Amino acid sequence: MSDTLPLSIQNNRRMEKWLRFQPDRTLRLAVGKVELGQGNVTALAQIAAEELDVDLSRISVLSGDTQDAPDEGQTTSSQSIEVSGRSVRLVTAEFRARVLDRLAQRLNCSPDDITVEDGAFHHGDTPTGHDYWSFATDDDFARDIEGNAATKPPSSYRIVGQPIPRRDLPGKVSGAGFIHDMVRPDMLHARILRQPCRGAVLASLNEAAIRRAGGGEFRIVRVGNFVAFVGADETVVQRAAAAAPPHATWDNVPRMTPDMQDAAWLVGKPSSDRVLYDESAPPAGTVVEASYSRPYVAHASMAPSCALAEFRNGRLEVWSHTQGVYPLRASLANVLGLPAEAIVVHHAHGAGCYGHNGADDVAVDAAVIAREIPDQCIRVQWRREEEFGFEPLGTAMHVTARAVLDEAGKPRDWTTEVWSATHVQRPSSGGNMLTHEALPTPPPDPRPTDPPEAAGGGGTRNGLPLYDFPAKRIVHHLVLKPPTRTSALRGLGALTNVFALECFIDELAERAGTDPVAYRLSLLSDPRARRLIENVAARCGWASRGPAGTGRGIGLAWARYKNKAAYAAVAVEVEVEQEVRVKRAWCAADAGLVINPDGARNQLDGGIVQAISMTLKEQMLLDADGRASLDWEHYPILKFSEVPEIETEIVHAPDLPTLGMGECTFGPTAAAIGNAVAHALGTRIRDMPLTRERIAAALLA
Amino acid sequence: MIELTVNDKTVSVGAAEITPLLDVLRNELDLKGSRYGCGLEQCGSCMVLVDGEPVFACSREVGTVAGRHVTTIEGLGGTHPLQLAFLEEQAGQCAYCLSGIIMSAKALLDRNPSPTRDDIVTALDRHLCRCGAHPRIIRAVAKAAETLRQERARA
Repeated sequence: MSDTLPLSIQNNRRMEKWLRFQPDRTLRLAVGKVELGQGNVTALAQIAAEELDVDLSRISVLSGDTQDAPDEGQTTSSQSIEVSGRSVRLVTAEFRARVLDRLAQRLNCSPDDITVEDGAFHHGDTPTGHDYWSFATDDDFARDIEGNAATKPPSSYRIVGQPIPRRDLPGKVSGAGFIHDMVRPDMLHARILRQPCRGAVLASLNEAAIRRAGGGEFRIVRVGNFVAFVGADETVVQRAAAAAPPHATWDNVPRMTPDMQDAAWLVGKPSSDRVLYDESAPPAGTVVEASYSRPYVAHASMAPSCALAEFRNGRLEVWSHTQGVYPLRASLANVLGLPAEAIVVHHAHGAGCYGHNGADDVAVDAAVIAREIPDQCIRVQWRREEEFGFEPLGTAMHVTARAVLDEAGKPRDWTTEVWSATHVQRPSSGGNMLTHEALPTPPPDPRPTDPPEAAGGGGTRNGLPLYDFPAKRIVHHLVLKPPTRTSALRGLGALTNVFALECFIDELAERAGTDPVAYRLSLLSDPRARRLIENVAARCGWASRGPAGTGRGIGLAWARYKNKAAYAAVAVEVEVEQEVRVKRAWCAADAGLVINPDGARNQLDGGIVQAISMTLKEQMLLDADGRASLDWEHYPILKFSEVPEIETEIVHAPDLPTLGMGECTFGPTAAAIGNAVAHALGTRIRDMPLTRERIAAALLA
Repeated sequence: MIELTVNDKTVSVGAAEITPLLDVLRNELDLKGSRYGCGLEQCGSCMVLVDGEPVFACSREVGTVAGRHVTTIEGLGGTHPLQLAFLEEQAGQCAYCLSGIIMSAKALLDRNPSPTRDDIVTALDRHLCRCGAHPRIIRAVAKAAETLRQERARA
């Protein structure tokens, strides 16, 4: 049985890890997935309330805590509802069954004769006088979870499937709710002078000049090449840190060259190479190919990262907006040489991260300082330029799509060739914490790895087309030494791969003289995908989209995220003059059973807006000194005046398993824009972002 | 000491005149709702009202607001029609940007009770939202405007 249990339960078999019925007739559900702005915690509470038949208002959720909540790894990859949700459903169904089975024995009836109303048990219409709080025993909580209890049929759902408002939002529209707001006794503020890169050595630091700039009391903490300014007055340490960089000199800092900022730089660099899926060589025939790219992009969280840490009596307590409290605890143990049991990590809400940003690094900053200044709370707030300058970026990617065509102009063989740096470089997958690299005994160089294809892949994510081609393969070049640190950013390789695949399909359709939607449908048997494409094509007025080259265009694309999670089709209408403006967007998505349709819609639409931003505007520039886009002026994102009207439709499939959908509109949006711009211009731009300069160049070509 | 009015209460603060208003609000007055985002007047997370006009608190020196009226998200009390409309529309994801956006929206609705979509977009265009909640935010501001108009009509 345990082989088929979700990993979350396999790793946390004890019922008491998940559920606690409290004396005030409330229930605490503990989960390992954390709220990052996606609304997952509200949805998980809905699932528990549904299976237990307990009013939602009685359920509190503890999420992300190494002391009291289960270890569910990282909150990533659109897995919160698909995996943790399934776990919560199995756990709560089993708990209900345990308790009701015993009650049925006592009443000498079948468990099916017992109904539950807001946690109270009724036999037929008669109250039994028992409820979860009175009838559950220690043994119910102590026993391991088997995971084989029957769960409710979706047709009976009353709470799941409802647009329940987010639990954390009332506080957040009233000025509360973030880690940045926490105040602890004896709290000191800290700012960091960052080591410019791995291996850089601090040659000199003009502490006197920095003290003058700070203009108040503070300590300068130095551990190896790690430097922090720590004091009671946040304004003072902020001034010191802002002034510090010119007062430090570093040795062993390699210079960069401007070409490093482009995806094309990756091609031909030393790489780990694989051929996946069809390993045979492509046949001879009519070969067409085109290459597409995305540059390095930032998570660009609205809030620079923040963490608090306290070191008392050899024990470390940390508050963090990390995506994974247990993995962070392991990293802290490794960096500080402490046993994991001596460390507690509590999750606290931060701004949206969209992947691996500075959250974990700042927590290590705080912990290292806390060890130097024990018995006080150390609050570290990164600065804006620090977040842009040091968060791991989403890697640049260069993708070549290559097809061998049959007489009808359809691919009989397809190759997606990907050049990319790593998409996931957390400490658990070969990466280093920034702070660790500055300490006197730094860790070995990072070891480039990428997620396995079974987990959706990294550079290969969505690289394999789901069309019915006779032969298809991915050639993956994992470039070993990118010019800047990279790690997980929403969708990993999906954005660029779907952009490449779905733009190339349009190009092949054009070459075959076929309408792109009809061309897609002629190559695609998956009924769920077909239904979404037809849905979006009908709503966007595809049939009357008109000729190419008028300055106005409509484009369409679709994908199934990770080739196994939620489906989304997106169409956009663009106007192209000097710049591209997305005027309208239409989306249809199929995520199987949707727990909270309003939350799902928020994720689908948010993914569309963020993808428009990345496709049209975003690029981290590199210069000789490293990253050059260190503020919002130099790293512009989509503004209110640039956001289109979005019409999203969830195509419900409540009897099918829930599919992770937080990232599913990302790639289709990028590709739909690529196709719409090609339709508007009559010529194609294959490199993101689709800027004014690229439009001008395309029109002159 | 610098005297100013914050959320209708007169306060004296001991910070130096050049201290950013945002630091004074957050650390001296314990009003944490105004947020640090960039310190450069580029994102709007720190937006507060000074005598009713939106002001970036991150770069505004506290000395320059002596004797003036500062309103922060806490001054809206939690049940302002804007706050309720943002909840009705679930107009946010991470919500870090919302304090500042709600303050700019308040300034807009105070001077223009019937804003068009373009008016709302223009009033919010200095604000960044990374989650992509913009369409909901625009709807929420329009909904709050309608609520306020109805309240005024009843009054």
